Amino acid sequence: MKFKSVFDIIGPAMIGPSSSHTAGAARIGRMARALFGRQPARAEFVLYGSFATTYKGHGTDVALAGGILLFDTSDPRIKDALTIAKDVGMDIVIHTEDDPEQHPNTVLVKLHDEQGRLDVKGISIGGGKIEIIEIDNFEVQMHGDAPTLLVFHEDHYGMIASVAQLLADQCINIGSMHMSRQGKGQSALLIIETDQEMDPSILAHIEQFEHVTSARITPPL
Amino acid sequence: MRFKTIQQLVELALQEELPISEIMIQEEMSVSDCTREAVMVRMEEHLNTMEQAVERGLHEDIQSRSGLTGGQGKRLHGYMQRGNTISGTAMLEAVSRAIATNEVNAAMGTIVATPTAGACGVIPGCLFGLAPSLGATREQMVRFLFTSGAIGFVIANQSFISGAAGGCQAEVGSASAMAAAAIVEMAGGTPEQSSHAAAIALKNTLGLVCDPVAGLVEVPCVMRNAMGTANAYVAADLALAGVVTVIPADEVVSAMYRVGQAMPSTLKETALGGLADTPTGRQIKERLFGINSPSPRAVGSEREEDSTA
Repeated sequence: MKFKSVFDIIGPAMIGPSSSHTAGAARIGRMARALFGRQPARAEFVLYGSFATTYKGHGTDVALAGGILLFDTSDPRIKDALTIAKDVGMDIVIHTEDDPEQHPNTVLVKLHDEQGRLDVKGISIGGGKIEIIEIDNFEVQMHGDAPTLLVFHEDHYGMIASVAQLLADQCINIGSMHMSRQGKGQSALLIIETDQEMDPSILAHIEQFEHVTSARITPPL
Repeated sequence: MRFKTIQQLVELALQEELPISEIMIQEEMSVSDCTREAVMVRMEEHLNTMEQAVERGLHEDIQSRSGLTGGQGKRLHGYMQRGNTISGTAMLEAVSRAIATNEVNAAMGTIVATPTAGACGVIPGCLFGLAPSLGATREQMVRFLFTSGAIGFVIANQSFISGAAGGCQAEVGSASAMAAAAIVEMAGGTPEQSSHAAAIALKNTLGLVCDPVAGLVEVPCVMRNAMGTANAYVAADLALAGVVTVIPADEVVSAMYRVGQAMPSTLKETALGGLADTPTGRQIKERLFGINSPSPRAVGSEREEDSTA
């Protein structure tokens, strides 16, 4: 069940004109920004399918940029997001690509600055609902329904136990957990959805664990 | 949620002797772990946002950046008030409000996706058009949105609600079915009658393509919402009169899914087929986004500020 709440159907309140191409795009942008953890110097958007052919009419580019600026779907500043991005010194680049294998509303978001880079692929499945399907080379499934913890690390025993223990110490319940890795002992990504909000201070703890590269929290959309 | 299909939803309502709206409210409280008050307040905020969009569309001079749409909701409302209409005041009270909402959406105003922005006129059009004549309370109006949401919840999970995935049948068709079911409840019909109304409305829009001119949510989207509103009204009246759908609602939903799957991508919100690919449609696209002309946003940002100031 991809749609979990009545408010996925009646809602979101949003700036028009399209829930999938405008509101959904803004949400993918916001999610990518949360995953990156800071405002990027440059955001590149590769659009596929219906996103590619109709982005100008729907304001998909504007909405994606608005999402990177952390604007909500109903934030009137979305309309001026490209100008605002320029004002804050963020480069926005739009490409379109033809790939019938992709979901019709797919965008690959490439964020970077001098400290690093991140690729996030998202799809907009209707009514403003989105899915993040790829983070760097990891296949994932994130809907933004719950607070989510992401731990990028080198595959090693005890990682899940250490992170789970830390959450347990703070009385945080795990709703779902997904682990993927490039191969045995190689880079890996642990994604945990929680029932309670997490205090951002746990990130510093987790990043001190051996074998952890970085950690992020994304708030629910 | 304790229901995945419309049949399960109707059975729950009958077993517990509750309206569909109440089943949806209780399920939402359970899924989101929120109090009744929190859930009701959140929906009432959406109701308020919809009402503001309707009012703007009926009384302000709304114009989209492309210039393709705006002002027709207001025009229809004036025409209706002068009397002598073909489809009658009751119908046009709803249709004018549906158009008004979509025009606000096309002008990048604030609306509520129901279930999508492209189809955002049908539900508020029906709701605000009908509520005064039925003497509906604010709570009944909020309940209308929960009933609509319950039907939309099934359609979204069993089929689709985006034009890119399933064509306009998934957007205006779904909105019509959702509204029809909610009208029936508000008018005092049974949960079964709501299900018949949803099925009838969705059957009537099967195969409807998504072919937005220049990729804008304007032509034909705004007028399709007018049609979707009329369709919801007729479907609701049929069900209230006792007409029963031959094909059950859930089978109509799965037929809609298969029709959408079979639809070529040119007719699924790519602006490559249908009305978008007519001589006039292509001309409009060329005028707005031609290779050498800047996009409407680039040239329209100042105009937009003027019109919303």
